[in-house]
Amino acid sequence: MTVPLFDYVLRLADNALVLGHRLSEWCGHGPVLEEDLALANMALDLIGQSRSLYDYAGEVGGRGHDEDALAYLRDVASYRNVLLVEQPNGDFACTMARQFFYSAFMHPYWQAMAASSDPALAAIAEKSVKEVAYHVRHTSEWAIRLGDGTEESHRRMQAAVDELWPYTGELFEADAIEAALIEAGIATDPRPLEGAWRATVANVLKTATLTLPATGWMQTGGRVGRHSEHLGHLLADLQYMQRAYPGAAW
Amino acid sequence: MTEAKWPLFEVFIRSRTGLAHRHVGSVHAVDAEMALQNARDVYTRRGEGLSIWVVPASSITASDPADKEMLFEPTASKIYRHPTFYEVPDEVGHM
Repeated sequence: MTVPLFDYVLRLADNALVLGHRLSEWCGHGPVLEEDLALANMALDLIGQSRSLYDYAGEVGGRGHDEDALAYLRDVASYRNVLLVEQPNGDFACTMARQFFYSAFMHPYWQAMAASSDPALAAIAEKSVKEVAYHVRHTSEWAIRLGDGTEESHRRMQAAVDELWPYTGELFEADAIEAALIEAGIATDPRPLEGAWRATVANVLKTATLTLPATGWMQTGGRVGRHSEHLGHLLADLQYMQRAYPGAAW
Repeated sequence: MTEAKWPLFEVFIRSRTGLAHRHVGSVHAVDAEMALQNARDVYTRRGEGLSIWVVPASSITASDPADKEMLFEPTASKIYRHPTFYEVPDEVGHM
């Protein structure tokens, strides 16, 4: 038997953990010291969000899973994150585009969730919205500077936007798991947020002298466990210690 | 990273309890707006501040260390400039 609230919170938690882990891969490899820290700061914001969400998921799941069990002991097909967040870091422009697309979506999403009838989710949303507001600011400023920068930075930023664009459609999907929760005022309905997201993205890309891709065919499947090949490699890295030494504590 | 494209900015932070911005260090950044963000990311990770100033390091005119004797040592013998010769009545309390 599945508990819809468990599945729903897990999706949010997996998004935050997987993207946070991706950003943590930059640690020590950032283009400059200042940006290395900025990337690590965003990673820590996201990993912090995932911890609160896993904690709550474990609580509502009713099977006694704690945050570690949920993060470290589930395999690829059990992960429920959108495909966008598991995409590889690529170059710096790619990482910024991925972060910008996600953050520009999560900012209004958390804003809406702050009014959730579920007090635990409302509290997580209230904390997260401030963190994500900065992620939007930081990544959009970079998108503008790279897009409206040199010939090479413009080319790379446009390539990153084009490459990741087909992964943005999944952000706005809502299925049967969410329907009842949206109805009950617990979950945020992502569908009405698409207009605001497109406006934010279009505005930044225009300032960045970049071209907004045409809305075409979109990738889907991450939220029901159908992932790209990249997630397995990411989890191998993330889960190695607990798999090799079960129950190892710090 | 070249100094021309990523100039140095000096960072000043006003702490939670402080009234004035204090110099805390410097960052490299492509422009002033990004320097603010870099300063936030480098110098306020542990709740250090409520306000940030960044100033292009090139805008600061500094005294020459070689002038130290001329500029600063003459004051050493002028202790009468310190307000330490006044009796402060107890009722004044902490000043």
